[in-house]
Amino acid sequence: MHSIKNLLYNIADDLLIMGHRHSEWTGLGPILEEDISFSSLAQDKIGLAYQIYKILNETEKEDLPDRIAFLRNESQYRCCQFVELPNGEYDFSLIRHFLFDHAMDLRFRMFGKSNYQPLSFLSRKTAGEMKYHILHADIWIKQLGNNNEISHVRMQKAIEVAFPYSLGMFETFPFEKELIELGIYQGEQEIKISWLEKISMILKEANFNLPDPEKIKPVFGGRTGNHTGFLKPLLEEMNEVYSSDPETEW
Amino acid sequence: MYGGGYIFDKLQDNQVNDDPEKLLLFEERIARGEKIEPRDWMPFDYRRQLIRLIEQHAHSEIIGALPEGTWITRAPGFKRKLALIAKVQDEIGHGQLLYSAAETLGKSRENMINDLLNGKSKYSNVFNYPAETWADVTVIGFLIDAGAIINQITNSKGSYAPYCRALERICYEESFHLKQGHEGLVFLATGTFVQREMLQDALNRWWEPIMHFFGPPDKASVHSEKLMKWKVKMASNDDMRQEFLNTYVPKIWELGLTLPDPKLKKNTETNKWEYTEPNWETFWQVINGNGPCNKERLKVRMWAEEHGRWVRDALKTNQLTQSVPLA
Ligand SMILES: [Fe+2]
Ligand SMILES: [Fe+2]
Ligand SMILES: [Fe+2]
Repeated sequence: MHSIKNLLYNIADDLLIMGHRHSEWTGLGPILEEDISFSSLAQDKIGLAYQIYKILNETEKEDLPDRIAFLRNESQYRCCQFVELPNGEYDFSLIRHFLFDHAMDLRFRMFGKSNYQPLSFLSRKTAGEMKYHILHADIWIKQLGNNNEISHVRMQKAIEVAFPYSLGMFETFPFEKELIELGIYQGEQEIKISWLEKISMILKEANFNLPDPEKIKPVFGGRTGNHTGFLKPLLEEMNEVYSSDPETEW
Repeated sequence: MYGGGYIFDKLQDNQVNDDPEKLLLFEERIARGEKIEPRDWMPFDYRRQLIRLIEQHAHSEIIGALPEGTWITRAPGFKRKLALIAKVQDEIGHGQLLYSAAETLGKSRENMINDLLNGKSKYSNVFNYPAETWADVTVIGFLIDAGAIINQITNSKGSYAPYCRALERICYEESFHLKQGHEGLVFLATGTFVQREMLQDALNRWWEPIMHFFGPPDKASVHSEKLMKWKVKMASNDDMRQEFLNTYVPKIWELGLTLPDPKLKKNTETNKWEYTEPNWETFWQVINGNGPCNKERLKVRMWAEEHGRWVRDALKTNQLTQSVPLA
């Protein structure tokens, strides 16, 4: 079952890089409580990425998780460009967390029914934490949307910047069709449709406008190893210590 | 991370005349080992010194998250990365608990953070030094957290109940940090030549800040019998330093590592550790803003203040209709 690897790399790389970005909020949060929340988000994302790399290692005979994560260069990464973008300010980080976690939640619900055992097992294990991430994002979106002019304008702008990139989460990839036929999952389009439905509803409740997805050009490229200029320095930083001696344990 | 406790306001006995009868009852309660709750009567100076103590402790937690925090993005491997994020998160959580404890005395978190930024309120000196290499994370996690535990366990026996309760919870988490730190120390000490050298170098650089950690020697610091009597200050700086040396120096030496003080040894007759006094001039320089990282640390907090203001403003009108289930 070679084609599953593509899917696993896509998802694990998304999670790792997203988690890395979340962890950059340490010490910088607008309130201490949010500092702590973003730390939790980071831990869960990075932890989940690790679990998927472990599946790649144990079931698909790929390299060890640490080596997969800390030794590949940017063209070997399969994350979407959405997660690579710098944190910017809290508005962008929050909306990205919202868009990303809703997609991940729906994806993992779908994986729960997968006939690929390691994935369905993993998604049942992680359902609990996903729920809290979504709850966290939704509460904040509503708080900032229905609030003062400044927070509303800032968030609306952030939505417009983030949205085209977020569509990149659903970029197709080699063997996607095959995976659908094999009953591994129902494919990116299916996730995207339920995602759009879910986020439009919440954004509407918060008085935000979601741009018309039909009129937006999604930012693709990540799934074929084409990345923004932000990924390379991120990886160099992440690998700095590990790659100084990859043959030893740290 | 650290309980502070060597910078108190100058006692100004004549600033407020506490009711002598109430004062007597208060001091009797403390002498009996009772704890003081927020609504209980307390002397003006007791409140003032406690606010000072607890807020500095809180600042030390959130500023203390920064030197280690800079290594989260570079931590080598999943295990280290996840452990470090969780550890630093705990420190921020300690800050949150301590600000709440201090708020029970009547100063808002906002005012405390303002005083941190305008320099009126200090934090532990040790966080004004840079974490230069990955090994620094280990040395901080082991030795600074060890110092913090000694300090915090001592303070947890003090007289102000909300502070004691916060400290008990904090100490519980700190004991995990210490385990994590010790594991990291042993790991690097028994690792490759480069890892060991890296660790030794970090120990050499951190030794003076660590010797400064518990504050100036007792003979040089302004004694406050009143603070001791009120159980605000619970142990002398030298006593805590002795306890620290006694517990942790052997753990470093047993790994074949050295400490950059040729005089450091335990006097078997007095049972006390002897050492070269660290440069206390440097200590005061750093406290007064001239350490290697003072400006950088405050700049980061300032960024968080300024860039987070719109978020805090938006929280003032509460729109939250959902209640968050307990995790
Ligand atoms: Fe700690
Ligand atoms: Fe702490
Ligand atoms: Fe934690």
